[in-house]
Amino acid sequence: MPTRVINQQINTNDVGGMIEYVLLGDALVRATPLILAGLAVAIAFRAGVLNIGAEGQLLVGAAASAAVSVSAAAIGIAVIPLALVAGAFAGALWAGIAAELRRRFHVLEIISTIMLNFIALHMVSFMVRGPLQEPSRIYPQTESLPLAAQLPIIAPGTRLHLGFLIAIAIACVLAWVFRSTAAGFRIRAVGSSRSAAATAGMINVDRTTYRVFLISGSLAGLAGAVEVSGVTFALYENISPGYGYTAIAVALIAGLSPARVIASGIFFGILETGAGALQRDFGIPSSTALVTEALLILLAIGLASIRGRATHPFAGR
Amino acid sequence: MLEISKKFGHQVALDSVELSVKPGTVHALLGENGAGKTTLLRIAFGMIQPDSGAIRIRGHEAKLTSPADAIGRRIGMVHQHYALVPSMSVAENVALGGKGRYRSDRTAELVRAVGDRTGLRLEPDRIVSTLTSADRQKLEIIRALAHDVSILILDEPATVLSEADARDLFIQLRVFAGNGGSVVLITHKLRDAMKHADEVTVLRRGQRVLNASVSHLTEASVTAAMLGRPVARAVTRGRDRPATTLEPAIVLKDAVISSTGGVDSLSAINLEIRRGEIIGIAALDGAARSLLRTIAGRTMAVSGSVSIPATVGFVPENRQEDAILPDASLFDNIALKNSGQRKGLLDWHHIRQLTMNVVHQFDVRTDDPGQPVSTLSGGNQQRFVLGRELQGDPAAIVLENPTQGLDVQAAADIHHRLRTASDSGCTVVFYSSDLDEIAELSHRVLVVNNRKLLSVEPERHAIGRALLGVEAGTDAIGPTASGVETRVNSSDRAANSADPRHQSADQHQ
Repeated sequence: MPTRVINQQINTNDVGGMIEYVLLGDALVRATPLILAGLAVAIAFRAGVLNIGAEGQLLVGAAASAAVSVSAAAIGIAVIPLALVAGAFAGALWAGIAAELRRRFHVLEIISTIMLNFIALHMVSFMVRGPLQEPSRIYPQTESLPLAAQLPIIAPGTRLHLGFLIAIAIACVLAWVFRSTAAGFRIRAVGSSRSAAATAGMINVDRTTYRVFLISGSLAGLAGAVEVSGVTFALYENISPGYGYTAIAVALIAGLSPARVIASGIFFGILETGAGALQRDFGIPSSTALVTEALLILLAIGLASIRGRATHPFAGR
Repeated sequence: MLEISKKFGHQVALDSVELSVKPGTVHALLGENGAGKTTLLRIAFGMIQPDSGAIRIRGHEAKLTSPADAIGRRIGMVHQHYALVPSMSVAENVALGGKGRYRSDRTAELVRAVGDRTGLRLEPDRIVSTLTSADRQKLEIIRALAHDVSILILDEPATVLSEADARDLFIQLRVFAGNGGSVVLITHKLRDAMKHADEVTVLRRGQRVLNASVSHLTEASVTAAMLGRPVARAVTRGRDRPATTLEPAIVLKDAVISSTGGVDSLSAINLEIRRGEIIGIAALDGAARSLLRTIAGRTMAVSGSVSIPATVGFVPENRQEDAILPDASLFDNIALKNSGQRKGLLDWHHIRQLTMNVVHQFDVRTDDPGQPVSTLSGGNQQRFVLGRELQGDPAAIVLENPTQGLDVQAAADIHHRLRTASDSGCTVVFYSSDLDEIAELSHRVLVVNNRKLLSVEPERHAIGRALLGVEAGTDAIGPTASGVETRVNSSDRAANSADPRHQSADQHQ
């Protein structure tokens, strides 16, 4: 797996505490795209937009930010925000295709977004073999990001990067938007009942839906950008081990509440990192983590149906 | 049903209630909201189990643990809120819940057979979402009848029906009873009960307070039994029209109104409504929908000019879908109003205050406004919505069937509040399928007929005639009576021919 290509070598002879520290860092690193993509799914689902294309939006975001980072490296540290914005923008654009299809032709987004996932996947394959391939043309990946384009590490000795804080900050902002702003209320109202939102609230339902779609896409795109700028430092195929899909579970288990997405994102990060460690150290197949995830999702859905409104737009207030 | 008791939590819904329905009769079950009518009949249909008491059907004790049990004993129920699948066809909805293979041709035939037998005709291939409320109600009844029931329970069947449709319905129920069936009718409309039922049972707060044959009763005695106290009628009838010199609040000039459905299109409407006027609109089911929504500022006219005040309250007919977010709290539902125009932050403190104002001023009974609004009873929800829409003294308010499904007391209360609003200068425009309500409440009446608006005196017969068209003045009795005749005959035929199908239905069970 090329995920570990740039991994710093960990001195496993260190004391156990050190390993735990590093592993925790790894878990949070892993949680970062899950939180961002989880927020993308949560905000969309809250508005009744079934965007399950976070994976594709994430890949497109990763590709765009890698392209910007590599080609605009000359401008120094300013390339980081530029790359992140490019990723978010590309994600929004990708979601915008599905949004436009829905608006004009009433194409169900649940179909279009999942289709666009595959297109994004193959587009990345093409990019890393074509226009964005590293200069030696040996490996199907972009050249490594220059140091100035890499997100700074926030916990020395780990790989934990600034992207984690960005994810937390965005989650907090979204929680505040939902709780306190008129725009956030509109999103919840539209997700709760489109006809009541339009008739009683005089909300422009189509416009709200459209905007949410774009915001959702931009968050997923940002997840991809952060992954490239903070972890992989290059774009290649399989850059995402299904973050965009796991994000759906992250969002659902969080009851679509942005604040709780942080917790469930970290939880999934720990689960997936731990699975790797278990396989290395104890030979327990890492697929047990997938089984656990699946069981958790089933459990969450079961509980939601018992409680009736756990995944409802007005739950968790 | 003998000594039926039922508690929900520590609230007693039914306290040793008895109900006996004779074959061949129409039995009306009356009572205020929350008197236990629906609960009692849900027990009779096996939807809920009583805490104590017994049910006897045709002399045999029956234990009904599910609607399937009830259907097996030839009991059918027509629900207050449609239990239909909108994306399916009429025939498919009829077949729903049946066993074995679905055969579209057979079910279609069944639907037509029921139509021949009872006069309730619907095209089996129509998709339910394209049906009007009246047709959906029809479909519910067809579905119940398709199972060949001998006891038919109807929960508020006439609330969404136009006058003519309701009359048809009662004729058909009479035919059904005439063939030896029993009909149990829950209704709020006293007049319907007195006119169409043979026997009346009145519940009040979970107890039976009256049971007698209609011929021994007067409207006043039944009302007294329902309420336990005299109805608080509004003191003034509110007929004193506001001075004609007042400036107009709503003006439509050559407005062309249309919707995709087309049934409620109107051409070249010229209309001037003054401040403080109460305008009642009479129309066939759904025909005034777009007009009301245009006046309420919810839809745009196709052409012509429409001038309405900046703030217009709107109380739509379909409360669950259009007026409230059922799963959201009362606070959220107050915040919903005008949320499309709001910018920046929401002032939750202010919204809480508004909510409490509405709760107090409009007598919304709730323990906790943080609870979902769906936990309120229908009458409370309606008062809540009305209160919300009247907050901030809007220049006008538009209502569709404002008292639909409410009991006498609650309806009188809503009327009173609308008159009060009108007195303080608010223009009230409302549609109602109840012509008595229109005649009683309005200063001026508009009738939608043949894509035109007619202005009519607020007098019941005038409205009724205008609604039916000019020449309809003579139709009142003659054709209806002969209609009964022919329907009885055709239903006899259908009953005979229906026998083999009945047996095959039994085999399915």
